[in-house]
Amino acid sequence: MSTRLANGGVRIDRSRPLDFTFNGRRLKGFEGDTLASALLANGQTLVGRSFKYHRPRGIVASGAEEPNALVRLGKGDRAEPNQRATTTELFAGLEAGSQNHWPSLEFDIGAINAKLSRFLPAGFYYKTFIHPRAAWKHLFEPVIRQSAGLGPAPTERDADRYEHFYAFVDVLVIGGGAAGLKSAEVAGRAGAKTLLIEQTAAFGGRTLVDPCEIDGKAGPEWVEDQLARLDGLDTVTCRTRMMGAGVYDHGYCLAYERISDHTPGDGRPRHRLWRIRAKRIITATGAIERPLPFSGNDVPGVMLASAVRDYVGLYGVSPGDRTVVVTNNDDAYRTAIALKEAGLDVPAILDARPMATNALADKARGLGIRVEVGRGVASVQGTKQVTGVSICAQAGEGAVLETIACDCVAMSGGWSPVVHLWSHCGGKLIWDPDHAHFAPDPDRPPLGADGSGFVIAAGSASGALHAGDAVESAVRAGRQAAEETGHEPGDEAAPEITVEDEQFMEAVWCMPQGADIKLRSKAFLDYQNDVKVSDVQLAAQEGFESVEHAKRYTTLGMATDQGKLSNINGLAVLAHARDASIPQVGTTTFRPPYTPISMGAIAGEARGALFKPVRKTPMDDWHADHGAHWEPVADWRRPYTYRQGGENIEQAVTREILNTRTNVGLLDASTLGKILVKGPDAGKFLDLIYTNMMSSLKMGRCRYGLMCTENGFLFDDGVVVRLGEDSFLCHTTSGGSDRVHAWMEEWLQTEWWDLKVYTANLTEQFAQVAVVGPKARAVLEALGGIDVSGDVLPFMAFAEGTLAGIKARVFRISFSGELSYEIAVPAAQGLAFWQACLDAGSAHDIQPYGTEALHVMRAEKGFIMIGDETDGTVIPQDLGLDWAISKKKDDFIGKRAQMRSFMRREDRKQLVGLATEDPRTVLPDGAHAVEPGTNAYGHARTIGHVTSTYFSPTLDRSIAMALIKGGADRMGETLSFQVDKDRTIRAKVVDPVFLDKDGERQNV
Amino acid sequence: MLILHCPYCDVMAEETDLAPGGEAHLRREATASDDAAFRDYLFQRRNPRGVHFERWRHAFGCGKWFHAARCTQTLEVFGTYSAQVSTPPDDILAKIRSRRPDWKGFE
Repeated sequence: MSTRLANGGVRIDRSRPLDFTFNGRRLKGFEGDTLASALLANGQTLVGRSFKYHRPRGIVASGAEEPNALVRLGKGDRAEPNQRATTTELFAGLEAGSQNHWPSLEFDIGAINAKLSRFLPAGFYYKTFIHPRAAWKHLFEPVIRQSAGLGPAPTERDADRYEHFYAFVDVLVIGGGAAGLKSAEVAGRAGAKTLLIEQTAAFGGRTLVDPCEIDGKAGPEWVEDQLARLDGLDTVTCRTRMMGAGVYDHGYCLAYERISDHTPGDGRPRHRLWRIRAKRIITATGAIERPLPFSGNDVPGVMLASAVRDYVGLYGVSPGDRTVVVTNNDDAYRTAIALKEAGLDVPAILDARPMATNALADKARGLGIRVEVGRGVASVQGTKQVTGVSICAQAGEGAVLETIACDCVAMSGGWSPVVHLWSHCGGKLIWDPDHAHFAPDPDRPPLGADGSGFVIAAGSASGALHAGDAVESAVRAGRQAAEETGHEPGDEAAPEITVEDEQFMEAVWCMPQGADIKLRSKAFLDYQNDVKVSDVQLAAQEGFESVEHAKRYTTLGMATDQGKLSNINGLAVLAHARDASIPQVGTTTFRPPYTPISMGAIAGEARGALFKPVRKTPMDDWHADHGAHWEPVADWRRPYTYRQGGENIEQAVTREILNTRTNVGLLDASTLGKILVKGPDAGKFLDLIYTNMMSSLKMGRCRYGLMCTENGFLFDDGVVVRLGEDSFLCHTTSGGSDRVHAWMEEWLQTEWWDLKVYTANLTEQFAQVAVVGPKARAVLEALGGIDVSGDVLPFMAFAEGTLAGIKARVFRISFSGELSYEIAVPAAQGLAFWQACLDAGSAHDIQPYGTEALHVMRAEKGFIMIGDETDGTVIPQDLGLDWAISKKKDDFIGKRAQMRSFMRREDRKQLVGLATEDPRTVLPDGAHAVEPGTNAYGHARTIGHVTSTYFSPTLDRSIAMALIKGGADRMGETLSFQVDKDRTIRAKVVDPVFLDKDGERQNV
Repeated sequence: MLILHCPYCDVMAEETDLAPGGEAHLRREATASDDAAFRDYLFQRRNPRGVHFERWRHAFGCGKWFHAARCTQTLEVFGTYSAQVSTPPDDILAKIRSRRPDWKGFE
């Protein structure tokens, strides 16, 4: 049974005990523990159930590669599922729980799946649950969802906050082990601005626990000295708890800092996403040990040899009293020696190689450990805990030679460099047959903006597994990064490393070599997704030979650990099954992030009110105080209507319309785009931008204009005002101001750069108020300062002056068909002017109105709305706006396109008005007009759709506009709109101008 | 996440500060063009694996359009230059030739 040792543990502080709970049980650990080490210290080897078969699972690893020990942390608004116990720092009061079992971790009904595993092979979803089709949705899927899966998502709103941080450095060093520490020093000493990041809470990596001397010092001591040296360099910044998550084009890197995961609720952000631009990135990300594929290699108590060593050395925890070591390389001997030196029992080292003549083996033998060569594990005894191993000849088929009682198995299948970050942005790999791993190919690195490589692998991440080679490569990497970022590195030598020489490992992809199907069906490759050696072999047999196909068919490497332990073993099994070499099979694609990062970190501060900041007009507060019911319009919020007393929304809109048409209404039109176009060629330029002739517009006059894309489609409209000889003010739609301004700039800068024109987007510089209705003139006269009589300021005229003591521009334009003035005032005086209008208008029953009243009134007049009557496929001619298209101009944007044959077809969809047979029935927006019969696909024959539809209080009937095929020729026809399976609304095609076709109301 | 030099601001601009504008050096076909030429102008775009000329706008910077010559395969940037030219400048072409001796040249 696992337990806390009396001594040891460089990471823990035994003077600081901490209480925590696991599945409600109160347990004790120390500061510096991970949740995993603390669980093992308390004898908790069983930590979860597997995804598919619900097999009991224990802790396998000691770091980010852990596939099994996924737990639920916290509760309520701080609940988080699927957290790795091995990377969770212990803190007082931590609450953790196991996942994917029912009713309890110890007794799980779902474990029946393991008994059925014969019927749940690779691809069983695809094979088994095809017929009958309805059963998938109602029977199979709910059952599978219930039994498969990880922890449930939290239901409460996240209590924590998250942020983004930007950094720009010469050299980014990812990984704070010996190699990273050394690279950062070399680069920093040369003067390169260097950032060193380490994913765990402490620097040092394997140096803290692996027995080797650096410059004559023990590992932990050297790390401390090295950190002091880095501290003395102004050029170097070191950060812990920060993982290099992804490497992207041109030296961009995302890093994930876990600031307060171990101090929840202390007021600091929980996570921080760093967006780093580095000239060179050194990946000193270390290597990960591979499991060995033998039967029962997933029973709790079977662990990576390096993890066993970590728990003893870093945390003073013994994973078991009696540990059998099984290996194909020298490194695992260090685990046996460490266990022995800690006073624990190592009944045997099973070395799959035919001989072990190395220094470490000699040392182990010297300590009295039995070393068996050419041996492997036939099977593991025990279900919820290892009770023993049966050993066999590695070269055989699994005949049991002997059974050894033990409660822990330390396995090592060799080491794989962590090449993820190297590979994210296109770095290529080479197969190293001596170490049986893929390593970065230094000749094919990811390329930066200047065409040179920007990632340099260092240490064991480069494939240099021997400690001496690793630090040498680190010095080289630091030097190279410094030189390539324009600095001069010194000529310091690599530190002296004292470590045992090692003999070559020997690849073992199946243990024993000739394991039968029974053994292979219990030899797990991917622990988290329950993929076994037999599954990958089946996939290959069924034709899923491509590594990417086999991965998806078996789900190998697709769990939250992304196959950190399983990939190479899986590739090797696939290669063997295909009779191909491993480099021929290749790897699957490495994608960011390296380990899962929180959604909160990705969102950063962009949540709640900051998710999409709302644009507000200067009168926004007034609207809020006066019953505004808001509507989002592009990035703005605008009052949809203002509710009075107990009115509902519909009643309020009706009141606003009738009051505007009878008395006078007030609209906040500040959101309208206002673009100033100025210069000697302004008129010429606007002639190209608009379909109309704008250069002929007289000073002080307004003209409604249309803008099309080069495709001929209408994309924005608005009133253009000629302010002066070379100065025009272009109004755009509320949502279109930025787009139209960018559009104008694009043409000015990239096509007609010879034109002398400047543009400025003044949208937010002015507040704009529309005073609309029969009594509008009386209100403006009461404000005083500008002559607004019909003679002096006729329809489509413009005047500048002072209204109510405020500098103002008055445009006599109308979007409602009423006598109407739109007045622009400096934004800072918008609210004052709004209030002045209300005061002056009170004698005339003035009332503000919102966007819905605006919409209804424009529809009553048959005015189009960009986005309602247009959808990016509509040309002005479709809308009966031919009058706004100049015939005199040689060119304007969209003119050539409108000459194309398709644009001139008679049966294009054209704008019509619709009057429903029943005047009380309002057509649904978007309803399709159908003709009898069906089309080639057996669908209803549609000939168009409703674009705007309202109940008009003015006319006391429903009105609508629609785009209908050949609509111009259908006047008087009755169309059918199928709005439901058995409901059709009939409506007559009429003129889209429902009210005051002659404009008598506005021309007064 | 490309990084491109803005020739107006003289800064290395992050891709998030830029807006892409598609292929550079298109010739606008106006009213007099025939249908085929106009169709090509509207819809036909080069999509080479290798050297390419593109329009970019320093949208969250100076707002200016500029052109970039880069390799779509390796993302190497040969240079950026004014948008107010109809062919790439000589120094950019020379740089491309030195980096890509097999390049067929600007058409």
